[in-house]
Amino acid sequence: MSRDKSKLLYAETHEWVDVAEEGGQKIATIGISGFAIEQLNDLVYMELPEVGKTIDAGEEFGEVESVKAVSPLYSPVGGEVIEVHAELPDNLDQLNDDPYDFGWIVKLKIADESALENLMDFAAYEKQCAESG
Amino acid sequence: MSQADSSPQTYAQTPLGDWHRSAGAKMVPFAGYEMPIQYESIVSEHHACRNAAALFDVSHMGRLRFDGDGSEALLDRLLTRRVTDLPIGGVRYGMVCNPDGGILDDVLVSHLKTPSESRYHLLVVNASNREKIVEWIKPLLDDFPRVTFSDRTELTAMIAVQGPLAMETCKRLFSFDPSRLKYYQARITDQFSKPVIVSRTGYTGEDGFELVVRAEEATRVWENVLLAGRDAGFVPAGLGARDTLRMEAAMPLYGHELDETVDPITAGLNFACNLDDRDFIGRDAIAAVKSAGPRRVRIGLLPGGRRPAREGCDVLSTDGQVIGKITSGGPSPTLGYPIAMAMVDAEHATASEFEIDIRGKRSPATRVKLPFYRRAKK
Repeated sequence: MSRDKSKLLYAETHEWVDVAEEGGQKIATIGISGFAIEQLNDLVYMELPEVGKTIDAGEEFGEVESVKAVSPLYSPVGGEVIEVHAELPDNLDQLNDDPYDFGWIVKLKIADESALENLMDFAAYEKQCAESG
Repeated sequence: MSQADSSPQTYAQTPLGDWHRSAGAKMVPFAGYEMPIQYESIVSEHHACRNAAALFDVSHMGRLRFDGDGSEALLDRLLTRRVTDLPIGGVRYGMVCNPDGGILDDVLVSHLKTPSESRYHLLVVNASNREKIVEWIKPLLDDFPRVTFSDRTELTAMIAVQGPLAMETCKRLFSFDPSRLKYYQARITDQFSKPVIVSRTGYTGEDGFELVVRAEEATRVWENVLLAGRDAGFVPAGLGARDTLRMEAAMPLYGHELDETVDPITAGLNFACNLDDRDFIGRDAIAAVKSAGPRRVRIGLLPGGRRPAREGCDVLSTDGQVIGKITSGGPSPTLGYPIAMAMVDAEHATASEFEIDIRGKRSPATRVKLPFYRRAKK
């Protein structure tokens, strides 16, 4: 499976969301964009949430840490954490090469789809990245 | 991830600013200047400095010059370190303190002789403290009317060349071979007849030297050193690597380990205070701390696991009492695990086990001797 970054939704804070339907439930898979990973550089640590935790849209669900700084990860959409990518924190170097497939961080069972309307499509997100240089 | 701060503001450029940008450096605001934080990656620049050599643009640091009779006496009143017996060619590390012993800045003072046999003192101060120190010095000048004080920061550039191959590779770049200097010695030499101050000092825990050149010569000298070290693996390095390097070497950084609430004894910088047979601003307060013993102590900690403890995290004793704070912390590229320095209450400073509150989660930490990294002696 290969995720097409041009078909994902993006938050201003650089998280991507892939929404899929699984067994009648809307599931959001969340990661951080290739642009963000490039900006962060030299990743050293990632903190994941616990499975079962409920997160609101815009709430911090974890953090990613580079040599220089800690960056909170904000959930673009609210819901219950149903799965976390447990191998990711030990393989952060692979996040650089593959932010959209190997780089998924959490899966949420979406509680309220309305937050998805506030997200950007790929073209709008690319424009934001170009402007922030 | 947070959003970028796009508020418009202009920052000063060092004479090497255009070079950094054309080399693709990521620039960040620092102490009023726009400075490179990294070119390729903090980690690769860090390793290059430990294994070969790295060049740092440190032109943002303040360079203050004192000419004329009485310069020694003025500086001797200003600094925790004795200046009156500093020989020509000598460099000393010291601090500027207020009357309460609070550290206003940590500085290097050099005693230099020009080719025309006149001599002067050069004080290198932190970029963030330059204005404050200039204002602190001005009233002292009234007592030393024959001293000419000038801020040379804008007219000059400063380049640090740091790493195990720095001295050997750069032996023939200047009229005077820098490797003939001993550690903490400096002199004025030249490159293509343009003056260069070369000083065997640095802030990385490696051997190496620092150069002060005229602003208009900065790019030429920078490229000249980089070219000389190309085959040896020299790279330009930004403020990011400078911070991880100094942290491993446990060198204090103003605004982190040092500030006006900390005196030199508490900071663990006793070696940079000459308290006997002289008077300087803050002397009595510092002597009192020395005789009573400091209430807080700077220690080294290794956080367990891989999660770095950062500046500002609370440090707790194993019984859960908050006893201090992390002053600097992060991953150590050389060691491969996180390191941290902390200021803790003196009565707890000899414990071997601590806890650190890393944004709400307690992590165990073990005290270690500073520095975390010490270079192998040749």
